[in-house]
Amino acid sequence: MFPVETRELTKRYGEHLAVDRVSLTVKSGEIYGFLGPNGAGKTTTLRMLLGLIRPTSGTVRMLGQAPGRLGEIGALIEGPAFYPYLSGRENLRVLARYAGIPARRVEIVLEMVDLAERGKDRYGTYSLGMKQRLGVAAALLKDPRLLILDEPTNGLDPAGMADMRALIRRLGAAGSTVVISSHLLGEVQQICDRVGVISQGRLTIESTAADLRGGARLRVVADPIDAAAARARALLGEDRVRVDGAGLDLDVPHDRAAWINAELVDAGIAVSELGVRERELEDVFLEMTHVG
Amino acid sequence: MWASTLAELTKLVRRPANWLLLAVALALSLTFTYLVPYAGADGPTADRGVASTFPDHLVGNSIGGWPVFAGAIALILGVLAAGGEYGWGTWKTVLTQGPSRLSVYTGKLAAIGLAILVMVVTLFAAGAVTSATIAAAEGAAMRWPSAGDLAVGVGAGWLIAMMWAMLGVVLAVGLRGVAMPIGLGLVWLMAVQNLLTAVAAPLLDWVAEAQKGLPGPNAGSLVAALGSSPQTPGVAELVGSGQAAAVVAAYLVVFGLFGGLMLRRRDIL
Ligand SMILES: Nc1ncnc2c1ncn2[C@@H]1O[C@H](COP(=O)(O)OP(=O)(O)OP(=O)(O)O)[C@@H](O)[C@H]1O
Ligand SMILES: [Mg+2]
Repeated sequence: MFPVETRELTKRYGEHLAVDRVSLTVKSGEIYGFLGPNGAGKTTTLRMLLGLIRPTSGTVRMLGQAPGRLGEIGALIEGPAFYPYLSGRENLRVLARYAGIPARRVEIVLEMVDLAERGKDRYGTYSLGMKQRLGVAAALLKDPRLLILDEPTNGLDPAGMADMRALIRRLGAAGSTVVISSHLLGEVQQICDRVGVISQGRLTIESTAADLRGGARLRVVADPIDAAAARARALLGEDRVRVDGAGLDLDVPHDRAAWINAELVDAGIAVSELGVRERELEDVFLEMTHVG
Repeated sequence: MWASTLAELTKLVRRPANWLLLAVALALSLTFTYLVPYAGADGPTADRGVASTFPDHLVGNSIGGWPVFAGAIALILGVLAAGGEYGWGTWKTVLTQGPSRLSVYTGKLAAIGLAILVMVVTLFAAGAVTSATIAAAEGAAMRWPSAGDLAVGVGAGWLIAMMWAMLGVVLAVGLRGVAMPIGLGLVWLMAVQNLLTAVAAPLLDWVAEAQKGLPGPNAGSLVAALGSSPQTPGVAELVGSGQAAAVVAAYLVVFGLFGGLMLRRRDIL
């Protein structure tokens, strides 16, 4: 049983397909990054997972149950929303009532998001980042097995973002499954086990962060470059060599660097630079979401 | 559902706007049922007279406002309670904690029902104190209504006020907000209803007949039967009290069910 499993999930608004046959799976205990540019359909998908909106077609299973059964699921969807006339603490107490949770849990989650000091102040007076942290606190109230966070770092300063990442890592380490959506790839890259990329309503790829990056490549700067390219093609095969400016991108494991170097030097080519080049997830992401 | 009711009650009690509504209802009611008749007791059209403010009129005096002006306040209370969740986007916050939409909704209705009862009883209590004070000042004998009459009066007041609050809830859920539901609700309550009664009904027989099925005239008939002064806006005995109570109760239930149905079926954005 997967914590989250959707089949052909679709949501249509009039003529517009906000979510188009999305089939995704989130495995137990993993941190899953749900990535996509603005308007891709992330929030719409997450709302369907939680039973807030009805799919036009397709199915959702959450912890093996139909959507809307949220006993062990915590969520923050599209920004925090609370009662402005209540304090942060009172807001959480009211929510704890709905969830049937003892009020002392409120103090614990306020501590977790670093809001205990300001818990007595009216929500209406909170700053953007404080509101966001209260939203995460509310999602944590149930000590959920499955946590769904829609752009949880919105409005947080760099320190706040780092805190949030650390918190999510801790939750993951403690065995919770976390789904975190974002359009900032660099942000989830650091903490996610797997990512799903959604673009214009379609889930274009779902894989581990490492696979998505396509492994490391070898970067070689050599002179003359044409001769170097010809030699490399002869050694590795046509499709594993790409000429990029003054250098070559080679699709080989980086432990072959010394061997490549020796071969090129033997062929009378001057190698001035040799290094590992990580393909940033951001590049993959842009490539993928801009096509089509 | 009990947990939801407690949560909803907390929200109602802690919201300053609701206390403001209670204060306005109280001020309006005391001003127009007691202070104005008392101050104008010697005036040219003093047929209501100071005697109309004495304790024996307590029931009629305490519920006469619910068909229109106090009803408007009950409507606003209902809109605020349901529409605020749309305005602040808090439906998703509440629902992701796990309660079903139905249990949140019934909890909300229960809390509103209690708040309305507090309002109705407050108007009775304030009326009792005021009328006793006036009677004492005038040296009149104090004859209080029986406990049974008081209970019927509170029940009728609650029924009518709750019906308007439910209209507020159903408008708020239907229009997903606060501003439009209050605007439209008040236009109906204060303007359309009056125009129908005062302008259309005397001219057109079918309007005169049809309005006997509308909430306002039935509420007016119910309080008239219980002794409210027909000089109060919206108070007139058009139909018997039994039918009036049944129609008002039916509207209450229909509004409540319809609101629940819409909340259940529609997407939470
Ligand atoms: N209630 C609605 N009615 C009509 N269209 C909608 C509705 N909700 C969402 N959409 C459309 O569905 C698409 C996906 O929206 P969604 O909010 O899921 O995007 P997102 O991936 O969360 O974007 P962002 O990163 O900006 O939050 C958008 O084109 C949006 O305009
Ligand atoms: Mg979004």
